[in-house]
Amino acid sequence: MKAIHYINQFFGQIGGEDKADQTPIFHDGLIGCSMMLNAMVKPDIEVTNTIVCGDNYITNHTEEALKEIFAFLDTKEFGIFFAGPAFMAGRYGVGCGIVCKAVKERYNVPVITSMNEENPGVEEYKSVAYIFKGGRKATFMKADITPMAAFAKKIAKGEELLPAAQEGYFPRGIRAEIPEPNGIMAADRVIDMLLKKLHGEPYQTELIIPAMEKIPPAEPLKDLSKATIALVSSSGVVPVDNPDRIQSASAQKWGKYDISKLDNLPEGVFKTIHAGFDPAAMCAVPDRGVPVDAMRYFEKQGKIGKLYDYFYVTVGTGTTQAFAAKFGKEIAQELHAANVDAVILTST
Amino acid sequence: MAKEIERSGIPVTVMCNLIDVAKTVGANRMVQTVSVPYPLGDPELSKEAEWQLRTSRVGAALDALATKVEEPTVFPSKF
Repeated sequence: MKAIHYINQFFGQIGGEDKADQTPIFHDGLIGCSMMLNAMVKPDIEVTNTIVCGDNYITNHTEEALKEIFAFLDTKEFGIFFAGPAFMAGRYGVGCGIVCKAVKERYNVPVITSMNEENPGVEEYKSVAYIFKGGRKATFMKADITPMAAFAKKIAKGEELLPAAQEGYFPRGIRAEIPEPNGIMAADRVIDMLLKKLHGEPYQTELIIPAMEKIPPAEPLKDLSKATIALVSSSGVVPVDNPDRIQSASAQKWGKYDISKLDNLPEGVFKTIHAGFDPAAMCAVPDRGVPVDAMRYFEKQGKIGKLYDYFYVTVGTGTTQAFAAKFGKEIAQELHAANVDAVILTST
Repeated sequence: MAKEIERSGIPVTVMCNLIDVAKTVGANRMVQTVSVPYPLGDPELSKEAEWQLRTSRVGAALDALATKVEEPTVFPSKF
């Protein structure tokens, strides 16, 4: 069986963030981590080609990118498609998800990738792709490719595929009926479960309902022209000396900065410390990330009552959901104490 | 962050590039931005055109705050 492997500009050895607009490149052979993957899947599978594409290009020009990728894949013969591993890189994960979903729909072959549980690509694409549970960063390359390769080999050899939890990928939301697992009928299993529950022992339901917490929308503002609005951002825009030493990635804190006397965020006074994108454009005009100038304009126009005197900011790359939730709670407390009515939250 | 602020009862408009990601993490009011490195601007545009772009998107985000929504909603902007 043959396979094709999709990776981003960084792992495709084109370059970093400055090359994230790279259009798809189709290699006749393999480069980078494709070679490791190929070594692990042979002799059952041969990885024949590497496709490399920039993360910005695939996420912002999806239609064009997929058209080019399809034009290439249409000429190839393959029975399995790989992407990543994408670790915790958000746009890379979403890019892998976009390509896997499109390839699955067009060619109906198994699509296999790997991401960290915090990667936003997991939530969005786990139902269409086998997304294996991966590490946080590229040092996990070998550890993350290993289960992708092992699973692909099982597919190639026609072996029995086990439920998600046993194989190691994120559940796809598919319920497969397994009649009498281990020869134990349902009535026995449910009593076993009940006894375990009564004895306070751990047990596992057979019908797992994934928790996806939704927050009901807050009530709208009654009168925008009387409202105090705060700017909150994950763009990493801070005073140039980054006085609170907020981390450029995997942030563990947030800052708040006084804008009460400013009509915009001047270059050289503010900059972004975000390590997840090319900072040049935002450093040149920090209002591109935190639009103080536009908010001040609407305040002067009377469209809003007041722009709150401080903006709140952290860095949104590699930041765990646990920290993001903590920041949100802390900031919400401050906003309530200051009688802020609503928030514009800019993210990158 | 948006989720916890909204949970406390303060309406939030999330301005971001990857709208589908915002939807899956539970944002309720959304306006799409231009790109990741420059959400509310574009170094390729003239100053006037960039200002129009920024005020248009921020204006749409403000209007969203005063609009009742029942489910995750993306608010369009003119520019």
